Amino acid sequence: MRISLLLPAFLAGAFAINSFALAADETPTVLTIRNGKFEPNQLTLPSGVKLKLVVRNLDAIPAEFESYDLSREVVVPGHGETAIYIGPMDPGSYQFFNDFNHEMQGSIVAKPGVKKEN
Amino acid sequence: MLATAIIMFREVLEAALIIAIVLGASRGIRGRGRWVAGGVALGLLGASIVAILANVASSEFSGNGQAILNAAILLSAVAMLTWHNVWMSSNARQFSTDIKEVGSAVQSGQRPLAALMVITLVAVMREGSEAVLFLWAIATSGEQSLNMAMGGLGGVVAGVMAGLLLYLGLLRIPVRHFFSITSWLILLLAAGLAAQAAAFLNQVGLLPALGNGLWNTSNILSQTSLLGQLLHILVGYIARPSGIEVVFYVGTFLTILILMRMSGKKRSEQVKAAENPG
Repeated sequence: MRISLLLPAFLAGAFAINSFALAADETPTVLTIRNGKFEPNQLTLPSGVKLKLVVRNLDAIPAEFESYDLSREVVVPGHGETAIYIGPMDPGSYQFFNDFNHEMQGSIVAKPGVKKEN
Repeated sequence: MLATAIIMFREVLEAALIIAIVLGASRGIRGRGRWVAGGVALGLLGASIVAILANVASSEFSGNGQAILNAAILLSAVAMLTWHNVWMSSNARQFSTDIKEVGSAVQSGQRPLAALMVITLVAVMREGSEAVLFLWAIATSGEQSLNMAMGGLGGVVAGVMAGLLLYLGLLRIPVRHFFSITSWLILLLAAGLAAQAAAFLNQVGLLPALGNGLWNTSNILSQTSLLGQLLHILVGYIARPSGIEVVFYVGTFLTILILMRMSGKKRSEQVKAAENPG
């Protein structure tokens, strides 16, 4: 009796959590750091949706992915990767850089309805 | 070498300015030097632990863990700054007349000394972990390590000097305005830190963005400029804020202000009652 009451509640809860997680596009966009450069250094991404961005560092030294335009700041260990969420962005251009090496810069261009590159 | 110096300067600057404000605001409180020094030492220890963790932890954890840790650190600083300000406003009467009385006033009642230590710890730990990681990165890169280390050291010294300048500047403010100015500084600082915490929680998907870039004043005052940077640290200036950052900023600002007014009012009623019994 008790279980039969709990089960729908449990399912509803599980569904709620699941749909929250699915609110963002979970297929990540990958931004690579290689030989002291962002690859690609310009990403074109859809505006108006929440996106998952994986910053993958192929170099040995740690980097800090930072963007004032997006209020993002995250350390990426050497030979490691870090996932963050960005957006939903308005159409436009958003700069980012490596806080440990300001010569490393790049930008995200957000446009309505573009397909992701990877 | 110069690039290293600039990066280290920026990492140290935030902690140095926060400590300067806190030291200024706690002027006259006996024993504050020891508590603040303790905070710096614990902060450096914490920073090293965080830096090591950030380097070994796996990806999914490291992104979420870092952001959640940063948000928790920032929010605890906000709580401590709030406590400090509320405490100050309920004791402000003694302070405004004579700075020397503060010491004796502080000895009775609950003192915000622990708050001082936590704020310092938090400021040093947050920026320090990045500084440690950065220094570690240049030490292992092997190229011109000594040169870079010198640059890094220069940056640290310059950052500490900036904090010292702010502190000395604060001390020049006449005593009767002093605590109202420092409490405004702390209020704005706390609101800015709360907005940063919101950005970290949004970064890992725990809070909605509520709009990306409510406005964009990058053209007027870029956050990459020195002034933009300073204002970002001191009053939480964000050139292109998201909705959630604005909500946290305004919410924190109003909450602390209301708490300060409430405790200040209570205090002045108590004083009035004591002065005119019956």
